[in-house]
Amino acid sequence: MTAATEAAAEAGEYSVIAEGLRKQYGDKTAVDGLDLRVRRGTVCGLLGPNGAGKTTSVRMLSTLVRPDGGRAEVGGHDVVRRPDLVRRRIGLTGQHAAVDEILTARQNLRMFGRLFHLGHPAARARAEELLAQFSLLEAADKQVKTFSGGMRRRLDLAASMILAPEVLFLDEPTTGLDPRGRREVWDAVRGLTATGTTVLLTTHYLDEADKLSDWICVIDQGRKITEDTPAGLKRAVGGDRVEVVLADPADLPLTAGAVARVAAGGRPPETDEAELRVHAPVTEGVAALTEVARELQDAGVAVLDIGLRRPTLDEVFLRLTGGAERETTEKENAV
Amino acid sequence: MSAPTTTEQDERRLYWEFVDCWTIVRRELGHLAKQPSLIAWQLGFPIVSVLLYVYVFGSAMDVGGGQDYTTFVMPGMFAMTMAFGFMNTAMAVTVEKDRGVIDRFRSMPMARSAVVAGRGVADVLHAGIDLAVMALIALAIGWRSDGSLVETVYAFLLLLLLRFALIWIGVYLGLLVPNQEAAGNLFAVAFPFGMISSVFTPPSMMPDWLGAIAMWNPVSSTATAIRELFGVSTTAGDSWIEQHAPLMSVVWPLAITAVFLPLAVRRYQALGR
Ligand SMILES: Nc1ncnc2c1ncn2[C@@H]1O[C@H](COP(=O)(O)OP(=O)(O)OP(=O)(O)O)[C@@H](O)[C@H]1O
Ligand SMILES: [Mg+2]
Repeated sequence: MTAATEAAAEAGEYSVIAEGLRKQYGDKTAVDGLDLRVRRGTVCGLLGPNGAGKTTSVRMLSTLVRPDGGRAEVGGHDVVRRPDLVRRRIGLTGQHAAVDEILTARQNLRMFGRLFHLGHPAARARAEELLAQFSLLEAADKQVKTFSGGMRRRLDLAASMILAPEVLFLDEPTTGLDPRGRREVWDAVRGLTATGTTVLLTTHYLDEADKLSDWICVIDQGRKITEDTPAGLKRAVGGDRVEVVLADPADLPLTAGAVARVAAGGRPPETDEAELRVHAPVTEGVAALTEVARELQDAGVAVLDIGLRRPTLDEVFLRLTGGAERETTEKENAV
Repeated sequence: MSAPTTTEQDERRLYWEFVDCWTIVRRELGHLAKQPSLIAWQLGFPIVSVLLYVYVFGSAMDVGGGQDYTTFVMPGMFAMTMAFGFMNTAMAVTVEKDRGVIDRFRSMPMARSAVVAGRGVADVLHAGIDLAVMALIALAIGWRSDGSLVETVYAFLLLLLLRFALIWIGVYLGLLVPNQEAAGNLFAVAFPFGMISSVFTPPSMMPDWLGAIAMWNPVSSTATAIRELFGVSTTAGDSWIEQHAPLMSVVWPLAITAVFLPLAVRRYQALGR
């Protein structure tokens, strides 16, 4: 294969390709050589602490700001050379619900339809479809300023889906929403990916990233720290753990012994005497759990809680980005 | 299907520039239709000023030459309404920037010029409505234009020209300030700009230094020029700037546009940097 055909095949496989993307604001390097690839039709979660460069990355990829270095292709087109073509293939939902507050939901969608260069009849028809899809028909003729946060968000999402975008950028789409509102947004996103849309999602809710993403990229200080599937990331931080919570401190040594027998690598379990908690990493999760449970039952130990704990993305995140934080403080101390 | 030729592409681009601009204008008009109180809100200060100056201070005001104060002050009120208008532009632009609406527009395949151009057209139309309401109030309290129909229409066009020029200052400042609170603080600029002028009293009656500032204020040139068109007798002082108000009421807005339109467009483009 020649380089050109290789590139073409790659462009078909990935909807978002970023190579060495950089953005500088004064002295501050907001994004520092980001490499990112999002496979067509998948959801990629972009995670990172405040100021990591997530929004800046999304803004470069959605043609809002010009990168200072590197290159990026979205929907098969270069974001700097052909922003016009990129814009026809993307939808963007930013950190705010960017809809018109004074107009009604229906007027908003028709207006955006017109601005996406649909004819009047097509813009009207598309507005009705989206209102139905996002359960906004009942409120369609109310002014947006009377909407709840969840309704606003849904309208905002609807507006970014007018052209059924190939790539959808969602920058913290559920920030400030209650659990119902978040679920509504998740359903909308899942509905979209089912039709083949590629999604790049930033969020501070790791359960959200876990639920929605096929692939997760963690960045900090403008650089990628790691990327993997949600399961892979969790595995990397440590596998399952067996955890027992006791009623009586006297049972601690016996329990520790039982847990130690199933612990991975035969390491001694960790014991939290204040909370009467014993836990240890295990490899064969379910088998280990049943064995410990049987042993404790046979010994007549009163158990308040026993279970298999899987690491959450929160732990992954804290472990990964905590390291970077330490590094900077060390650097600062050295100066 | 053959690829469109360059001229075809240019024509299509021009077509969409117009259509998109019109969509933005319609949106602004939609705001007024949905919420007519927007007009009342924006005219609140000028209307209160009219009532205050005509009924409360009016009898105590002597602008010389036996001139009736209502006749003198009404054209000034029109000019002041236009002068304060740039605040509305700035506020609207800041709100849209803050709420991410401008970003949404910029991420869409619409014509790039439409956001700024649409704002300009919409604000001139809005100003036309403002002026019509002000004129009706003026008529209701007994103000009449003594100029011919042509002169009267020309006077109103001069007012709109001033407002048009100030749109670009509004867009520029609206994009420049960091947030809505800061945009609210622009009143500190708007207030002296509207008031230190010939709107309420002839500059010749002010202390020299203040009078000089007031005379050279573009708002004064428009106010003085339209007073002449409305047939108010005792207005212009002897200074060059006051004698040339009819000329300056055109030159000032053109000069402001020449400076601030490019600045506003540059600022808008700089959002991408
Ligand atoms: N327009 C700008 N001017 C100056 N600095 C900026 C600008 N935009 C972003 N930055 C800086 O770049 C860095 C990355 O910001 P960015 O908004 O991309 O972070 P983020 O990951 O989205 O953070 P958050 O989780 O808080 O939304 C921050 O240090 C920020 O202060
Ligand atoms: Mg952000």
